[in-house]
Amino acid sequence: MTRRRQGPYSGIPAWVYLIAAAGALFVLLPLVAIIAKVNWPQFLPLITSESSVTALGLSLRTSAASTALCIILGVPLALVLARGSFPGQRLLRALVLLPLVLPPVVGGIALLYTFGRQGLLGSTLDVLGIRIAFSTTAVILAQTFVALPFLVVSLEGALRTAGYKYEAVAATLGARPTTVLRRVTLPLVLPGLASGAVLSFARSLGEFGATLTFAGSLEGVTRTLPLEIYLQRESDADAAVALSLVLVAVAAAVVGLAYGTSRPPRMPRAAQDEPERIPA
Amino acid sequence: MNTLATTRSRVHAGRRPAAALLAGCALVAGLAGCAAGTPADATAAASGEAPDLAGTVTVFAAASLKSSFTAIASEFEAAHPGTTVALSFAGSSDLVTQITAGAPADVFASADTTNMAKLKDANLLAGEPANFATNVLQIAVPPSNPANIGTFADLATPGVKLVVCAPQVPCGSATEKVEAAAGTTLAPVSEESSVTDVLGKVTSGEADAGLVYVTDVRTAGDKVRGIAFPESSNAVNTYPIGTVRGSRHADLATAFVSMVTGAKGKEVLADAGFGTP
Repeated sequence: MTRRRQGPYSGIPAWVYLIAAAGALFVLLPLVAIIAKVNWPQFLPLITSESSVTALGLSLRTSAASTALCIILGVPLALVLARGSFPGQRLLRALVLLPLVLPPVVGGIALLYTFGRQGLLGSTLDVLGIRIAFSTTAVILAQTFVALPFLVVSLEGALRTAGYKYEAVAATLGARPTTVLRRVTLPLVLPGLASGAVLSFARSLGEFGATLTFAGSLEGVTRTLPLEIYLQRESDADAAVALSLVLVAVAAAVVGLAYGTSRPPRMPRAAQDEPERIPA
Repeated sequence: MNTLATTRSRVHAGRRPAAALLAGCALVAGLAGCAAGTPADATAAASGEAPDLAGTVTVFAAASLKSSFTAIASEFEAAHPGTTVALSFAGSSDLVTQITAGAPADVFASADTTNMAKLKDANLLAGEPANFATNVLQIAVPPSNPANIGTFADLATPGVKLVVCAPQVPCGSATEKVEAAAGTTLAPVSEESSVTDVLGKVTSGEADAGLVYVTDVRTAGDKVRGIAFPESSNAVNTYPIGTVRGSRHADLATAFVSMVTGAKGKEVLADAGFGTP
């Protein structure tokens, strides 16, 4: 992987722009189609119906919770994968990233047989009086399962690019590992962490398959916006389209937030001259 | 200024592995989508050339008809050598949406009259549909019946984890009718979008009971136990079948419909638990 620096020469042939335009159109056209299909006079009543608002509220709450869970679990995981050294590290990385490419319904089945009543941990949890199936907790678990790799990948990349220099200096000055982590490493990779968290939030918001398989669908408890859209589609296509547009708008806002406003870290020029390490 | 620019470019470089990976995933998903599309394209191409009673007839049928129609299709192919029946199973409303959007169906078999009416309203039906089967609800419980369900009223017992279909789908509207007729108010833990999802929650042991069609209980075999209840007669689902207007294999389509409504079809459907209209 070579790093391309910004300069006056772009070196892109004209035909590449042409194909790139086709690629961009391929993504944008379906979104335009949704906008064209919306029943505008009925748009506000459709998206402010009680079930729609309940579903949107549930989606936002559960996605926020699963993003928090992703940060709690994902930051240590990314640190260990980027900086640690132990046998099976490469295998662990591959496995942690698996939910990225797994069909969500497979994730749902896997979660069902882990946390479900008949599942691996189910009977233990049952003894402790914890029932996860058909609860909002199940939705959060499903979302965290699919969203965690996004945070880990973003943060691990940022950690590798940032390099070790400042940490090494801090350590020679007598800072303990926890202090180095808190005062040097995390501030350095904050933009990477932020964009990872926003991506995780977006992925959680769109979670459908694992939720449907694992958590069920009940208004106000487990029926998030994607599930509401799926159900509305059966009887009221206009409502489904209107709600789809809401989800597109929220997703666009979230992605815009991730890539539009992330600022460079406060500490300038960290590890600027160190050659970038190629992730294994 | 210059410092800011270089710093920013470093930040972007930091995100690049993630971006590359995401792009890769999108590509993989795209390829998977293309692969899934191939059989349908092949079917469409194959159904292009067809002299009389040879060629491919494409049948869109409600998901609950899967085992019966698969059996009837092999009977049809055996009775008419040189023909192939291409079957596509999904929720009835999905199928109507697909046909309206131009999917190449020759025959449509719906799990309810409402969706057949939608196709008729769209002027996509050749002639009148024929009712060929009925289906009623049954309680499905795990083989051990952990919540000791015996009657419909037992479903309303506090603590029973009951899963039903949402009112927006046919099995859910049937559930509402039965509920009203029985005078029992159910408090389900989940309202699913399809009867398969309800059954899945019961077979996996997550739910204590589910309301599904009697034919679904039959299909699930010994993974669930079915409990019939008299109130189910208040919501009898009627299955209509019809040929799609503009079908390129109208003769084949008519022949297939005759087999479904004929003696052979009746036998197979009765074996699967369907009633006669």
